[in-house]
Formats: sequence, structure tokens, C-alpha cells
Amino acid sequence: MSPFSLFDIAGPIMVGPSSSHTAGAAKIGQFARAIFDGKPDEVHFLLHGSFGDVYKGHATDKALLGGIMQFPPNEPKIKKSFDIADEIGLKYKFTKGDLGSGFHPNSVKIRLRNEKREMSVIASSIGGGNIEINRINGFDIRLTGNSTDNFFTIIIENKNLPGMLAKSTGFLGQKGIRIVNMQSSYFAGDNKVLSVLSLEKELALDEIMELESKEGIVFVRALKKISR
Amino acid sequence: MNSFIFRNSEELLKLCKEHDSPIWEIMLRYEMQISSKKREPIMSKLLERLDVIFNGINASIEKPEVSPSKMAGESTAFLVKHINEFDKYADSLLLNEAAIRAMLGAIATGENNARMGVILAFPTAGAAGVLPGVMYGAKYKFSLSKKELINMMLTASAIGVIIANTATLSGAAGGCQAEVGSASAMAAAALTEVRGASPETTLQAAALALKNMIGLACDPIGGLVEVPCIKRNGIAAVFSMSASDMAFMGIKSFVPFDEVVRAMREVGDMMSPRIKETALGGLATTPTGQKVAKRMGLLKIGENPCTK
Repeated sequence: MSPFSLFDIAGPIMVGPSSSHTAGAAKIGQFARAIFDGKPDEVHFLLHGSFGDVYKGHATDKALLGGIMQFPPNEPKIKKSFDIADEIGLKYKFTKGDLGSGFHPNSVKIRLRNEKREMSVIASSIGGGNIEINRINGFDIRLTGNSTDNFFTIIIENKNLPGMLAKSTGFLGQKGIRIVNMQSSYFAGDNKVLSVLSLEKELALDEIMELESKEGIVFVRALKKISR
Repeated sequence: MNSFIFRNSEELLKLCKEHDSPIWEIMLRYEMQISSKKREPIMSKLLERLDVIFNGINASIEKPEVSPSKMAGESTAFLVKHINEFDKYADSLLLNEAAIRAMLGAIATGENNARMGVILAFPTAGAAGVLPGVMYGAKYKFSLSKKELINMMLTASAIGVIIANTATLSGAAGGCQAEVGSASAMAAAALTEVRGASPETTLQAAALALKNMIGLACDPIGGLVEVPCIKRNGIAAVFSMSASDMAFMGIKSFVPFDEVVRAMREVGDMMSPRIKETALGGLATTPTGQKVAKRMGLLKIGENPCTK
């Protein structure tokens, strides 16, 4: 385990009242928005476990919605998330639900939609403002909130065809970009594979588009650094 | 290359001796090493955090507002009233102005947190008032500069690193002893070193503080960071001053700091989950606590599944 940083102790700077139910929730929203890539028109939150039980008192709802509008956990505007979402025409809905026993008590399933696409993300707030992304669309993955601190994370969804991973990794190799971590998950429902790769160097926008245009690749998302 | 990484107070003291440096300086070197950053960017991040601390206190003083649960938000005003005319009240109060200011700084921070103000989780949101409190009190008492206040943050963080390594800083994992208890140890150390005490004496203050917080339950009403958290932060700030003064006068903890931290972890492991931030026991399930949970629509956490 890497040593605790000074700023793990003296931090994070956050809007109250709770690191797990407010700060972590805002960060989950930020990640979901980054994975969705673009402004959603509609967002639905299914609140699981303790998130479902106590979300009102901790403003978990405002923080999640704020995160979807790209507010970091220390943005005072989180307090007015509902009003701001109404102003920009972002529709939102919160429902209490049960994702099953396999999920952390502070979990949420977020469904985002606009005219171009629809996506779902399941994430958990695991304490002290730290988060984990557990599922993207149907794919089980594990992406921690710190994943974007030191490396550049990209997410690739492709059809389940032979040689697809080689296509992506080969492309990165050609560009001289080293991969430091990688995970892949298969979803039978779609017969597709989703991979999360941590890179030492940022992928430029034209490179993302070049990779995305390759046969069999559904989409490529680059997660920018997301503030802690 | 010299390593500045320490995991416990024994290693920390050894580094202090080797480099003839105070704890805050070792903590700064530690961070420079693990982040590969120079002194300046780290100091500017600390300065930003220092501003968050004092802005948060001032926000509560200037704009007192009751929290959505109606359980918190009214205490800061009482403290401000007494600070504003301290001479008038000095003879009838037991504590000095620095101690009452510490209470004010801590409670104002907690109330600011409850009304969704911007705070520094130091080390957690629930225990975020103790350090601002003692910094607010000590700044007044010793006319501390920003640099000295940042040194306090560094000394405190070194203690926090040790506790995080050996035990936990989370109430859900270790009860309130891990949150306000740890914050008190951090605050007592910071108050001691900033007055020029040695690293050894500084760690004595941390040991004295934490030792007396062992066993503290995390039993907040409705699961909200309000009751007893906010006023507990206020009392803990003053309590940290007692531990610091004790150490400063030369009194030692019979049990060394590292052993106290291990004892705290052990007691945390023995604690029932009902008093670890679940709102299923203690103050949360008192008739008053249940009433609030019902009013806030937090019935489920106010109910004790074990009695059904």
C-alpha cells in the first residue's frame, strides 16, 4: 500500500456534511459525467442501501446531481444543484432501490441519457470521500476514484471479435504510449467487451477519434484528471 | 537518498533526531518525497486549506443559520456573544479566552459543515472542528503567523498519518475515538510543537489526548454529522489544550503513543457495529434521537433491528 499523503489527512476540501455521503457522491457524479462524455438531458439515480435510507439528510441527492453538472466536491453551488439543473434543463429523478447484496451500502446506479446515447454506471462511496466505479453499462469493472490521479485512464468498448484487444493495445504501442494497468470485462447481454486502461501519457483528441473509428470499436472515453 | 517515510512515532522520532528537525519539517519532507514535489507547491496547497479553515469559521460567525434537521446552528452565536465582551464574562467563566475561542472555532466549523458550507475534512468531516478550533484559539493566544498555523497543520498531519497507518480515522470502522479521538491527538500535538516543545514532548501530548478518548462511540442522531458531533468537537478542542498543557508542564503518558494507537484500534475492533456510525445505538436510539429520525423520515436507521 502506498503511504498516506499529507492531503489524505488534511483533506479533502469539501462541501459538508459528510465525506462519504456528500463529497463521495459528488465525485461519483463527476465520474459518471466523464464516462458519459457530454451533457445528458436526463439522469436517473437509483439509491441503494444507506444512500437510499439517509440521502436527504446528507444532501447525497444534491451532491450526485452536482457531480453530473461537473461540480467537484468543494463547489459551494452543490447546495443549489436542483435549481441549477432546472435552469439548464437537466431532468433528474431519484428512486430508492436495491441493487442486490453484492454492492457496498453507499451505492448508486446512475442512468444518463441524451439524444445521442444512453449509459448506466454503478458506483460506491467507500469512505473518506473515496469512490469506486463497479459497473459501466453491463460490464463489471473496478475503477477507483484515485485512478485518474497519477495516470490517464481510457475506457474502450468493443464488439466481441477476435483480435480486438490487440487492435487497441497495438494502436497505443504505435503512438509510443505505455499501458501501466488494464482490465477487461465481457457482457453476454451485448456480446461486447469493455476495457479500462491506465496510460502513462494522455491520448490526444484526434488519437481518441482515430482509435474510435477502427472496425469493431464502439466507443473510447478518456477520463481527465478529476479533482479529489 | 534519505527517506523521510515514517509509519509510527518511533520512526518519526528517529527522523527528527537524525535531521535535528521538528515534526512539522519531517512531515513536509515526507510529503515532498512521496509526491515528488518541491516545498512551494505543497505549502501553497496548505495555505489554501488554511484559508478554507478560517473562512469556514467566519462564515458561521457572520451568518448563523439553523441546519435542515433543526438540530444544529444556534451554538456559535452564544460563543460569539461571550467572546465579543469577554472582559465582562471573564470572572464568571472558568476557561480563558483562548479556550473559549477554541470552542468557538470548532463549533462554528461543525455548524458550517451541517449547513453544507465548504470545510476541510481534517482528518474527517465529522471531526473537522477540533483542529480549526485549537488553531483559532492558539492564533489569538500566541499571535501566530500563517506560517506557524501551517506548521500546526503539518505536526497534526504527522500524527494523523501514524494513526491511519496503525489503526483508522473512520468512525464507521473504529467509532468516534478514531475520529474526534484522533483529531484531539493531532490537535494536542500541534498545540505543543507550535510552542517550541521537543518532538518527544509533542508525542506525549498526542498520547495523553488519545488515551483519554479510547472507547468513544460514534452514535449520531439520524446518522447526521450534528448531534453529538458538533459540540463534541467544541469540547474536544478544549480537551486537546488540556493534554497539550499537561505535556508542556512535563507530565508524561505512562503508555507510549504507538501503544495507545494500537489499543485504540483494538477497542475499535471490539466495539459493536451499532455504535459505529450506523445510528442503531447510543444517543441515536434515545427517545429524543428516535423522534428526530422519525421527523426527518430516517425511520429505518432509528429503528433497532435487533429489538424487532
